[in-house]
Amino acid sequence: MSLLGPCRCDAILDGAEPQDGPSLMERLDPRTRVILAVLFALVVVTVDALAALALALGVAVLAAALARLPLGLTLRRLLALEGFMVAVLLLLPFTVEGRVVAEPLGFAASAEGLRQACVIALRANAVAVALLALLGSMDVVRLGRALSRLGAPRRLVHLFLFTIRYIDVLDREYRRLRLAMRARAFRPAAGLHCWRSVGYLFGMLMVRSLERAERIDAAMRCRGFTGQFPSLEDDDIRPPGALDWGLGAVSAVMLALVVGLGV
Amino acid sequence: MAHIPDGVLSNPVLVAGAIVSTVGVAFGLKGLDPVRVPRVAVLSAVLFVASLIHLPAGLASVHLLLGGLAGIVLGWSVFPAMLVALVLQAVLFGFGGLVVLGVNTMDMAVPALLAGLLFRLAWRDGSPRRAAILGGLAGGGGVLLTAVMVACMLGLSGREFETAARLVVVAHVPVMAVEAVFTAAAVSLLARVKPEMLARAS
Repeated sequence: MSLLGPCRCDAILDGAEPQDGPSLMERLDPRTRVILAVLFALVVVTVDALAALALALGVAVLAAALARLPLGLTLRRLLALEGFMVAVLLLLPFTVEGRVVAEPLGFAASAEGLRQACVIALRANAVAVALLALLGSMDVVRLGRALSRLGAPRRLVHLFLFTIRYIDVLDREYRRLRLAMRARAFRPAAGLHCWRSVGYLFGMLMVRSLERAERIDAAMRCRGFTGQFPSLEDDDIRPPGALDWGLGAVSAVMLALVVGLGV
Repeated sequence: MAHIPDGVLSNPVLVAGAIVSTVGVAFGLKGLDPVRVPRVAVLSAVLFVASLIHLPAGLASVHLLLGGLAGIVLGWSVFPAMLVALVLQAVLFGFGGLVVLGVNTMDMAVPALLAGLLFRLAWRDGSPRRAAILGGLAGGGGVLLTAVMVACMLGLSGREFETAARLVVVAHVPVMAVEAVFTAAAVSLLARVKPEMLARAS
């Protein structure tokens, strides 16, 4: 039972490994990607027509292809999302009133309900795919810096960057503690003992991580940390290039098309 | 974590959630001493991984929310901590969405904040046993309130979601039991090993 599930923590933190040269998505300025993601989500949540939402999902899939997202992993993540929504989606045809199209087991399913279920499924998936493509494929530290340049509060960005770091620290610490528990024949099973043991495990995890954080903080102060993260490889400060403007324009046209279809 | 995806809730609910969370995050950041950023980040990381850890509970397995624990340790900083954890989950795993971030943050952070406030009000004597009992209440109560809030957001978005909203609350009952025991243990350990973690939250 790894803390970060099937995916390796390093893989998450380093972003997708480029196979042959950087993908088109990677050559975009991180700020462009953040702005596009926000605009896309806003548009998708606003429009209501099925055709527009289908187009939006298509655009998101295109972006995923540009970002060279791994197909299997992406599908698995979407499946997890579907698992969450399945109750809402399955119930909608029966809870929305309207023209009855089918009556499985005596419950009336309405066309309006089916339509609304489709709308929700399309929207949720379009936004999820777009997020994974635009932001999930990016090194999260770069994402943090991009957010900072876009005017996110400095403390929030610090918190963001420290959190990324501690996810990795926690993961290692967790594995160590779990190994110790396994060496003492602990096996997860439903029951007070298991739940309490995991409670102690997390308590200890927090104590250890925090003590480590305090040591790091002290060391950073010794080296003159003033609350800023200077970066040696901070090349994001350039103004947006031709690629950003070009792709921005293409995206704007596509979003306008989605809105046009939807209103 | 309460991951309502994008596209489900109605616009007024989304706006209300965004406003509540913005105020909460602003307030949390304002009171956040730079020295405490690492502590808050540890908790954000814990919140982030909480939903990846599945514990067996009867026939099903549940994942923890950890709102109560975060509220007890963090106080108002739980708002930014929750926001960061949710952003990372949305971006890296596609859990939840972008426009619903406000609502999701609110659903998690408000119960956590209340649980933390009540815990600190009631835990005066510093005994680990009492901390465990209160921690259990905070953990279980936090989950219940989060489930009720998620249900309310769904219910307010349209009558057609009412059945699903009830299901959400029912589905969280086993989580409540697991999380109460879990939080009781975690908090009693903190009370014994590092009590200043529980006492000093702003």
